[in-house]
Amino acid sequence: MITVEHLTKRYGPAVAVDDVSFTVEPGHVTGFLGPNGAGKSTTMRMICGLTPATSGTARVLGVPFTALANPGRRVGVLLDAGAQHAGRTGREVLTLAALMTGVDRRRIDATLDLVGLTDREAARRVGQYSLGMRQRLGLASALLGDPEVLILDEPANGLDPAGIRWMRDLLDDFARRGGTVLLSSHLLREMEAVADRIVVIGRGRIVAQGHKEELLRQAGAFVRSTDDAALAAALRQGGHGVAELATGGLSVEADPIDVGRAAAAAGVVLAELRAADSRGLEDLFLELTADDAREKVTA
Amino acid sequence: MTTAPSAERAETAARPRRSPDVRPVSFATLTLVEWRKQLDTRAGRWLLGVIAILTAAVLAVMMAVNGGNHSFSAFLVGTATPMAMLLPIVGVLAATAEWSQRTALVTFTLEPRRTRVGLAKVVGAVGSGIALLALSVGLAALAHLVVVLFRDADPAWDVTGRAVALLVLSVVLFMAQGVGFGLLLRSTPAAIVTLLLAPTLLGVVGSLVPGMADVLPWIDLGTAGEPLLFGGDLDGAGWAHLGTASLLWVVAPLVGGLWRVRHSEISSS
Repeated sequence: MITVEHLTKRYGPAVAVDDVSFTVEPGHVTGFLGPNGAGKSTTMRMICGLTPATSGTARVLGVPFTALANPGRRVGVLLDAGAQHAGRTGREVLTLAALMTGVDRRRIDATLDLVGLTDREAARRVGQYSLGMRQRLGLASALLGDPEVLILDEPANGLDPAGIRWMRDLLDDFARRGGTVLLSSHLLREMEAVADRIVVIGRGRIVAQGHKEELLRQAGAFVRSTDDAALAAALRQGGHGVAELATGGLSVEADPIDVGRAAAAAGVVLAELRAADSRGLEDLFLELTADDAREKVTA
Repeated sequence: MTTAPSAERAETAARPRRSPDVRPVSFATLTLVEWRKQLDTRAGRWLLGVIAILTAAVLAVMMAVNGGNHSFSAFLVGTATPMAMLLPIVGVLAATAEWSQRTALVTFTLEPRRTRVGLAKVVGAVGSGIALLALSVGLAALAHLVVVLFRDADPAWDVTGRAVALLVLSVVLFMAQGVGFGLLLRSTPAAIVTLLLAPTLLGVVGSLVPGMADVLPWIDLGTAGEPLLFGGDLDGAGWAHLGTASLLWVVAPLVGGLWRVRHSEISSS
């Protein structure tokens, strides 16, 4: 369980994180989504007690992270897979963590197996690792202490498609066994597949949060017709938001049934009508963070 | 990357535990880990190795010159110079590696009580320093034995327990100073340059500014610390000088460094 309440971080006049509140519950994988510079990493560092908050609180398992005795055994953290001594071997990195947290060193082998690093790879220096191998090693460090909570910043970054699927299964399994998972990502498709709760952050503010299904349902419908212009006008008259897509068709902020009714009333023939497809989260994400994104997104 | 992981070994590793019976990280554990971190990289081993090699080299030169006629304590004093130059760097690296190698993120996530980590670094570095000191004493004894046996030097086994104790004290000061500067400046080159240049600059300023001659003994650790390394006498004034100079060059940077680590943001960049 992670509880974040009114967390705020200012750097001088700049507000990096602005009054952020959310909870991460056990048994679920909660995705933390946002464009670069939105405040994801700063929020996660504040949760882990590495960055002092300007105001607000963050609690992990009921207490501030810094009040946990031996936090490595309660919370598995991976904030930056690149942040490892280039001169240490992968196995040495895990050995240090095991010594520090008092984990049986035999668990190192089990954890290496779990993340798919061979003994040969573990004997190499981290400086020679690919980003994907570093992510696996970082995940191994996080899992080593047999934690109840996982906090992972962009863990899928640098993994190949097979690696991403593997990580998804691993986190799914961890949550199903009662673990709490908070992971950030800008890889929307992966987030959509692995997370069942979503918190979207843009320019330091929470712009949406909830169950993935609920958020996606709000994403509306896709419709194509013989006369998109007339249909768009009818829908707008009905108070629905409409966007004309460059590829043809309309994206409508309404349930498909309402679109169907509007089409029937306007006498427009539908060629295609469905709930927003699997790109829903991406659309939602772009839409919710459009004001905050660095590049202007054109739908 | 693509090997079939052994399923049953991996099976147990992914299970979140619900009833934690974890003990807090003890200071002894922390110290042991920090000590290991000084030795488990090539850079760390090389530094300690270079100090050992330089020490042996100094002894070899001393055995060769002046008919090799040096007492045990003269040999030991000879080893003090490379140690005085390089031991603080061991302390510096123990601290700065967390930032230059970006491991601070992991270290302070596993142990959020940052002051304890800093102090464990000092104790771990002192451990390395005392191991090197023991090696120096051993090598100096060996060197003296060799010149007594093979070069007809006069046997003089004149190293006192007090001299060794003072050397141990100097190791503690060097390491605390190195870790302090490292934590304060967080950059290996900046910390090393400051450590090596600051005393020299102080001496230059001292010789130029009239009236500094009276103040200098109180604030110059190089001079105040000489009796520790070279077996001089330490009277009341000497101890007082050592105390004030250590306050300025050891305690202040260490306290400042620990304060900075405790209150600053730990990020990976």
